[in-house]
Amino acid sequence: MNPVNYLYLASLLFTIGAAGVLIRRNAIVVFMCVELMLNACNLALVAFSRMHGNLDGQIIAFFTMVVAAAEVVVGLAIIVSLFRSRHSASVDDASLMKL
Amino acid sequence: MSASAAVAVHSLWTTAAEPAADRIGAPAIEYAQLAPTLIVVGAAVVGVLLEAFVPRRARYHAQVFLTVVALAAAFAAVVALAAGGHATTKAGIVAMGAIAVDGPALFLQGTILLTSMVAVFTFAERRLDPAHHGHRVDSFAAEAAAVPGSDQEKAAVKAGFTTTEVFPLVLFAVGGMLVFPAANDLLTLFIALEVFSLPLYLLCAVARRKRLMSQEAAVKYFLLGAFSSAFLLFGVALMYGFAGSVSYARIADVVDGSVADITPALAGTMGNDVLLLIGFAMVLMGLLFKVGAVPFHMWTPDVYQGAPTPVTGFMAAATKVAAFGAMLRLLYVVLPGLRWDWRPVMWGVAIVTMLAGAIVAITQTDIKRLLAYSSIAHAGFILAGVIAATPDGVSSVLFYLGAYSFVTVGAFAVVTLVRDAGGEATHLSQWAGLGRRSPLVAAVFAVFLLAFAGIPLTSGFSGKFAVFKAAAEGGAGTLVVIGVLSSAIAAFFYIRVIVLMFFSEPKPEGPTVAVPSPLTMTTIAVGVAVTLALGVAPQYFLDLAGQAGVFVR
Repeated sequence: MNPVNYLYLASLLFTIGAAGVLIRRNAIVVFMCVELMLNACNLALVAFSRMHGNLDGQIIAFFTMVVAAAEVVVGLAIIVSLFRSRHSASVDDASLMKL
Repeated sequence: MSASAAVAVHSLWTTAAEPAADRIGAPAIEYAQLAPTLIVVGAAVVGVLLEAFVPRRARYHAQVFLTVVALAAAFAAVVALAAGGHATTKAGIVAMGAIAVDGPALFLQGTILLTSMVAVFTFAERRLDPAHHGHRVDSFAAEAAAVPGSDQEKAAVKAGFTTTEVFPLVLFAVGGMLVFPAANDLLTLFIALEVFSLPLYLLCAVARRKRLMSQEAAVKYFLLGAFSSAFLLFGVALMYGFAGSVSYARIADVVDGSVADITPALAGTMGNDVLLLIGFAMVLMGLLFKVGAVPFHMWTPDVYQGAPTPVTGFMAAATKVAAFGAMLRLLYVVLPGLRWDWRPVMWGVAIVTMLAGAIVAITQTDIKRLLAYSSIAHAGFILAGVIAATPDGVSSVLFYLGAYSFVTVGAFAVVTLVRDAGGEATHLSQWAGLGRRSPLVAAVFAVFLLAFAGIPLTSGFSGKFAVFKAAAEGGAGTLVVIGVLSSAIAAFFYIRVIVLMFFSEPKPEGPTVAVPSPLTMTTIAVGVAVTLALGVAPQYFLDLAGQAGVFVR
């Protein structure tokens, strides 16, 4: 199968993720959409790696997974602490600092 | 793809077993050239171990000692490298092509290390708040995991817990920041970005006072930061797709069309400018987010306001230095061939950033938000120097970053001193008449504000002059005119704060100025000293930045 098709899929997934970040209101769902974007990046990297016939892209995909895991640790810690003090994970409710 | 090419590709992950064992060579790592980063990251790891093994009473002192010593040692290593000629004649690429050790990298690493050291002094400050239950407290939550106002939190405060984890977190962030401006391939760039961002997200969340605001700031910073780094990563993927490599030098060659070994796949992708332009735009987006340039600035005011003030000072100064360093290297090393594409875009970004930062700042009523918008305007001024695309442009940006970071750390250190019963008094109305009540603190803050405004005899003037001169010589005259105009707008609200402090009556129930320990005093004194030194006699440092202004490729 032509690897270019995977790039179209990656762009589509990335766009869905980005749209989700902008549209959804729950911090956890927003965060999951970011993870979807990172996975779209991985797919694009691996597809490009296949096209170019070198392994750089696959290596970067591994690094991305590690970064995504680290981000989950930090992100969930922050979101859970916010949820525990407000009983809501909505990003709209978090507006103490509006002018 | 043809059948033979497919076979060649498959042979990459299906290979004969015997020769594989001796074909993977160990990477050659130049430990001496990487010493600054290794010292800081190593100390951060030791700091985590201290958290595990040192008794709670001794942790604060152990952590502060370790952090300051590590930052000083790393700075000494940077100076030794620069003195050894690694900034000029012996500049080179180390760690298998991942890191560049050259003038801009060493200059920015030195700046980041010095700024973080004075910022760490404000982290360690424990005399501003009255002691709780006989325990001296700093700016960080007794137990960040406890719900604000809960019994668990009260118990933690009573037991005298402190979040000494902030010191290893700062060291990890500094480690990432040291790598960021020196990154010589896109993978290192991305990893360094995450390494310094993740600790900063956490640091934002651990304020002792106003904890809900602090947590909110952390969530905003985290979600938007993760969003922008996903964009950066997709840009990395597209640029990798374009050039078949993530190495800066290789991408630059492919952009120029001067590669010798063109494979069929590379011939296909390097003709596709869409990959390059979109990829580059997305990487640039990630970097512009980190420096807080309009239209990627929305997080700046909220995060600066909500984060604990020592963290804000550290973040405002050091992140900007690191991110502008990475941006300079990307634009000057990888994409000089695309100058005619990126300069108009950056023109637009710089103009909007300068004007929006200066104009919106006028309407602010909170001192931390005011400084946040001022930092946005300053990002615009620095972008003007970046756009110059000349050697003078590089050195003027280096100088500006050095000058600006000390002013910022000093200004936020002063903000920590002005307090009322609820913690820091950040509303501007509470600062009225401060000059009558504590002339020294108000005078020091006035010096920082004048430096932000770019009044002569302060570092802000020398920096702005250097940047605008480079921009004008680089053919960006219009940009300079707009820059000077927005400096004038910005000067209005800086002067307004000075007038408020010195020429209005203090309120009877106004805030008090806490007497800090020598730690914060050192931070503020260093800030004032650097501000005045770079303002009165900038030539030595301009020469230093000028010598450091050449990138290695």
